[in-house]
Amino acid sequence: MALLEVRDLKTSFKTDDGIVQAVDGLTFSVEKGRTVAIVGESGCGKSVTCLSIMGLNPRQNTITSGEAIFKDRDLLTLPAEEMRKVRGNEISMIFQDPMTSLNPVHTIGRQLLEAVQLHEKLPKQAARRRALEMVKAVGIPRAETRLDDYPHQFSGGMRQRVMIAMALINNPDLLIADEPTTALDVTTQAQILNLMNQLQRDFGSAIILITHDLGVVAETADEVLVMYAAKAIEQGDYSDIFYRARHPYTWGLLSSLPRLAQGAELKPIPGAPPSLLRPPPGCRFHLRCAYAFDRCRTDVPPLQPAPDGSAHLDACHLDEAAKQRGAEEILGRITVGGRL
Amino acid sequence: MIRYIIRRLLWAVVLFISVTLATYLIFYIIPVDPARLAAGKAASPHDVQVVAHRLYLDRPIYEQYLHFLDRLVLHFDLGYSYANRQDVRETVLNAAPITASLVLGAVVVWMLIAVPVGVYSALRPRSLGDRAAMTGVLTGISVHPVWLGLIASYILGYKLNLFPIQGYCAFTGRAPGEACGGPIDWFYHLIVPWFVFAVLYAAFYVRMIRSTVLETLNEDYVRTARAKGAPERRVLVHHVLRNAMLPVVTMLGMDVALALGGAVLLEQVFGLPGLGYVALHSLFQYDYPITLGVVVFASILVIVFNLIVDLLYAWIDPRIRLA
Repeated sequence: MALLEVRDLKTSFKTDDGIVQAVDGLTFSVEKGRTVAIVGESGCGKSVTCLSIMGLNPRQNTITSGEAIFKDRDLLTLPAEEMRKVRGNEISMIFQDPMTSLNPVHTIGRQLLEAVQLHEKLPKQAARRRALEMVKAVGIPRAETRLDDYPHQFSGGMRQRVMIAMALINNPDLLIADEPTTALDVTTQAQILNLMNQLQRDFGSAIILITHDLGVVAETADEVLVMYAAKAIEQGDYSDIFYRARHPYTWGLLSSLPRLAQGAELKPIPGAPPSLLRPPPGCRFHLRCAYAFDRCRTDVPPLQPAPDGSAHLDACHLDEAAKQRGAEEILGRITVGGRL
Repeated sequence: MIRYIIRRLLWAVVLFISVTLATYLIFYIIPVDPARLAAGKAASPHDVQVVAHRLYLDRPIYEQYLHFLDRLVLHFDLGYSYANRQDVRETVLNAAPITASLVLGAVVVWMLIAVPVGVYSALRPRSLGDRAAMTGVLTGISVHPVWLGLIASYILGYKLNLFPIQGYCAFTGRAPGEACGGPIDWFYHLIVPWFVFAVLYAAFYVRMIRSTVLETLNEDYVRTARAKGAPERRVLVHHVLRNAMLPVVTMLGMDVALALGGAVLLEQVFGLPGLGYVALHSLFQYDYPITLGVVVFASILVIVFNLIVDLLYAWIDPRIRLA
């Protein structure tokens, strides 16, 4: 049994303009110690998926259905107090913008201590020792004195390290990282990703990594779920997505990866994602898809396994030959020897 | 921090000089001869001249002003009233506790109303309670304090006999020749003025607190606190309110100073012989040492309040400390 089993997760928001279906029938599982990446453009429902699992969507106007079974409990129906005990303890989360995710009026130490003491009756000294260890583990120099500093005294990368320390301080089984490197510069990005990989090895946590950056996925993920306009359009393990991609949207994502190799032209996906308030009929990607034909405009393609019987799923009406051809063509364009 | 305080103090001095200078200039421009007023009704032109000389009124304005500053700073002396020869400092210091009682009491009342109502409204936006509060806010802003004061003192004081119609009692006890005194009388006489005073500000503050709390509720660090597993109550007190109160503290410092102006009106309505009352009467009599005395005192208060607010702000917001 997987650590987390999400089945047919649907989340919608009531707005003044109508109901926005932000997540539409997502099914995936996260195994212990593995990293699952959820990939897609801004607004495709990646973050909402995770906030739904965490129970952090605004209560008044959110409707969530489906199941999220975590250690034999359905997180979506767990009473508020039980859910509170799970958050930050068994499942914790890192957010996109380290500049705004820490409370500006409390010291780093106080915020770390709070994370410990919310879940464990620990004397202050012991909690502080734990905070100190954690801050050292994420590589913050002069940890001892820095605990008494305020967030504005840290750089973006250092703040994200603090966020990671805070998320891992209670040794959670599952870490949800919502675009943890998006707000950071490239060298800091790499450091943070290495840190996460290393801490995953040390602590054995499973990770759900939300990102729009396939480069980040390539460095970390075991399994990948590609989302488009609230739906999963392709999912499978790392090599399925990078070497045997079957959906035109995934092809588009792969070819829009900037590469330094000579001659490889950057090909963006034309257009913008559709409004989730009134999604287009048929395949939601058909308006931007170069391969679209009549059926794509009317029939919603089901998410189904590839003919080789693996766990590789995709939702596209193209025939098998076209998918194979597309995959090979993309692979030829993006690989420059070895792994990508 | 020390450099910050020194810088703030220097600014306070600049502020003080500009305010008093402005007041001085206004009196210089008013076409009234203060020497004639000071000399009395039956004074001969010669008497007026003597008085003018003694009061430095025959010197150029900058000398007059420097003389005034010199007296004030070195001797803490504001001179004597032209109208009744009373010591200005004493007059001002006697009136100050009355205004302070009125304003500070009103601040307590309006914050006691505004914080809970504002927070409630922010936590349940668009709910029935929120709409009721917002209606109350609109009413509170629209009602003029003087009208409200007159109505309140008429209904609660005259008709229902629940509270005194007007008047003031010293907190410290009954002075000879006065009808009342002591904390209980003081409180009893000020309840209605406090509430009347507080209505307008409470309305403004409910609206402001509602919007800052609503804004803070959407901050990323509030989501982080929830993600850590903090219970709602703790999220609200430690993470939301602490941050939401930053702009409120700033506003409060400025509004306490502004409220001194509002006190002028309400002191008239409720017959409280505070600074506003004294200032107004001195203006009618062109008794400018008194007016100047009140201005000096009020500007010192404003400057001190702003200083306190700035220091408080630096204390509650660590980001300011290093700036």
